[in-house]
Amino acid sequence: MNENVILPIGPQHPLLKEPMHFKFTIDGERIVDADIRLGYNHRGIEKACEARTYTQDLYMIERICGICSHTHATNFVQAVEEIMKAEIPSRAKYLRVVVAELERIHSHLLWLGVAGHEIGFDTLFMLSWRDREIVQDLLEIITGNRVNYGMNTIGGVRKDMSKEEISQCLAGLKTLEEQTLYFANVAQNETTFIRRVDGVGILPKDIAISHGAVGPTARGSGVDLDIRRDAPYAAYGEIPFQVITSDRGDVLGRTLVRVGETLEAIKIVRYCLEHLPEGPIVVKLPRKVQVGEAVTRYEAPRGECIHYVRANGSEKPDRVKVRAPTMANLVSIRHCLINQQIADIPIIVAAIDPCISCTDRTAVILKQDGSHKTEVIDWATLRKRAIYKKPLK
Amino acid sequence: MRRPGAIWRELVKNLRRKPATVLYPAERLEIPENFRGRPVFNPATCIGCMMCVRDCPAKAVKIEKVGEKKFSCTFYLDRCIYCGQCSDSCVKKSITMSHEFELACFDRSTLVDTKKEDAQAAK
Repeated sequence: MNENVILPIGPQHPLLKEPMHFKFTIDGERIVDADIRLGYNHRGIEKACEARTYTQDLYMIERICGICSHTHATNFVQAVEEIMKAEIPSRAKYLRVVVAELERIHSHLLWLGVAGHEIGFDTLFMLSWRDREIVQDLLEIITGNRVNYGMNTIGGVRKDMSKEEISQCLAGLKTLEEQTLYFANVAQNETTFIRRVDGVGILPKDIAISHGAVGPTARGSGVDLDIRRDAPYAAYGEIPFQVITSDRGDVLGRTLVRVGETLEAIKIVRYCLEHLPEGPIVVKLPRKVQVGEAVTRYEAPRGECIHYVRANGSEKPDRVKVRAPTMANLVSIRHCLINQQIADIPIIVAAIDPCISCTDRTAVILKQDGSHKTEVIDWATLRKRAIYKKPLK
Repeated sequence: MRRPGAIWRELVKNLRRKPATVLYPAERLEIPENFRGRPVFNPATCIGCMMCVRDCPAKAVKIEKVGEKKFSCTFYLDRCIYCGQCSDSCVKKSITMSHEFELACFDRSTLVDTKKEDAQAAK
């Protein structure tokens, strides 16, 4: 039988944590071609940002993603501060780095658990998620919340760290480092894990570069790329750290990069807490932002995240655009999937750590003849079609 | 060296470990100092500048004038996202975030929390 079978997966499927549609062309158990469709999770956040003030947008932007919420909030705030040409206090910069790196630790430990779960190694899933609670507790101590920390404000950060909190954090980091070293040992030596991911979903270096892969996906293929080092933001210019890369290019390579980055992030947090400069944590900035535009880059746990903000001189932004790291990594995922087995789909898709709620910005629906089935509607029409007919009072 | 069972250490430890979870509500975890729970309004210090209303991302605060330099405050706790921006924006610190978090209920209307000035203080 030479005819290829098309296997549709999603938008709702037990394999997927978030809605996404895959169309796999398969020959027996082998994947011949893969097609990915997005657009099932569009929430219109960018448009909603234009109707709110900058302060309100902070919380809106933060809720783009539940895992990398600090990423989006910091990125947006940095863009606004760049338009205002404001210099924020160095203590605020260090505190932003502390939360950002703790977020990276929790994101990578979460990913390790998910990866373990996808390959049927649920022991790893349970253990890494149990130890992820340590970092979640630290985030709660520092910011007051486990997710959507609300740490940033325009001109600095909202919460200062007391001496007690710093010592609590350092104690928590010690346990965390011990546990992460254990996970690093598991990822490097446990044959149950290695045999399942070795040589699966290979992404060669040249393909990773030409397809624009970012973050651990690119670094797992040997591309030495890290925004924290290449275009330092916040306090990263003053902090010594290593960029972890692996030349393997498979899922194991990406795992080793993530585990290595977790260890590196612990060192960064410890350095920040020990070298935390004294001084204010926030500068007062006007509510109105002068006319201008800015693009900022940020190394999210998943890769490079780009925010674009255009200000028109009022209290509200004129345009906000977000390019999440998953958007860049999804392009290369097709290459990883071709010539792999059906059973490897979950781990290959999970290996880029996809976050669809970050990624979905717009959906263009094509008609049968291929022409665009889109229309431009104004606020009044949009309001008519809304669930809430009147603005909330 | 690649060998099966690199994960054994935690497995052995787990044999003698207590569960990682606690038996809520009988047993409770400590709430951190910075925790943002139900917002609390203090009518005595409010000057009615409306900064909280302007800054609230969820439009969950309403300040109404009830008399000469007297204001009442309504929190729509069903809409509130507990970001604490109102307490940050408040110049007189009339709004503070408490540690109360058990707000689940069956009727959404009970989550509208209005606080006027104390009846006794008004006299």
